[in-house]
Amino acid sequence: MSPEEVKHHIKTYIIVFVALMFLTVVTVAISYLDIGVVPGIALGLFVASIKASLVACYFMHLIDERTTIYWTLIATAISFLILIFLPIGAMLAQARVY
Amino acid sequence: MEIPFNVKERPDTGLYNGKLGVWFFLASEVMLFGGLFSAYIFLRNGVEYWPHGTDYLDVPLATLNTLFLISSSVTMVMSWASLKLNDFKKFKLYCGVTLLFALAFLVVKYFEYSAKFAHDPPYLPSTNNFLGIYFTMTGLHVLHILGGMLVIGYYFGPGSKMWNTEPERFTNRIEIVGLYWHFVDLVWIFLFPVLYLL
Repeated sequence: MSPEEVKHHIKTYIIVFVALMFLTVVTVAISYLDIGVVPGIALGLFVASIKASLVACYFMHLIDERTTIYWTLIATAISFLILIFLPIGAMLAQARVY
Repeated sequence: MEIPFNVKERPDTGLYNGKLGVWFFLASEVMLFGGLFSAYIFLRNGVEYWPHGTDYLDVPLATLNTLFLISSSVTMVMSWASLKLNDFKKFKLYCGVTLLFALAFLVVKYFEYSAKFAHDPPYLPSTNNFLGIYFTMTGLHVLHILGGMLVIGYYFGPGSKMWNTEPERFTNRIEIVGLYWHFVDLVWIFLFPVLYLL
């Protein structure tokens, strides 16, 4: 990576930093909105996902990474989704029993 | 014996070995925290009433901690960029500031936990499921902060000697320490709304 490229990256880090600060304020503001539990959770997690994507793409350089890492992360994401949907599946099964 | 591919990239993976190793480690970390998030969903949906975070937790303090962690992520990546620009002094500055932000996070967390224990009656992990999962998730996250501070502190102090002999290898080490640190920030980005706000 050339010094010019690094300097360009630094500018991006500053922009991402400002965006993350702003989105943190947005996250807190959302919690004060009276829009119901489920929409509140969905909106809160949506903003958190944008923040997480910014950190992963720019600070962790995932926007410009090797294929090996992308494959590792795809496998991780599938395993993670299974883990998250397990309780939901269990709840649905329980709802059918009762 | 020389360890291969700690500076140059391995032809088959396109990465130096340390970086691939850290990404595998982070994948396992996703599953560790994923298990706890899964438990949170299970606990929350299994009851009629689930308390709002503000019933027990201090949102302004947690917001302050979010700002500390985001700032520490920026200074961490700036310390790596400084090494890329051959500016060791700036690396030291940014690395030191990262440690200070991490310390500030822990101090705030200490006050937060102390307020819970000092409450009458005390708010303990055994009080209810909400506090149980709160202490488990934030406690594990604090352990990760401590581990990160230990490693960053080592490279800020005695470990930085490597810059004089193997600058590229040292820069790579800071990059992968940074990857871990950003992951810790990333976990907090989800913990904050899930536990405190929703």
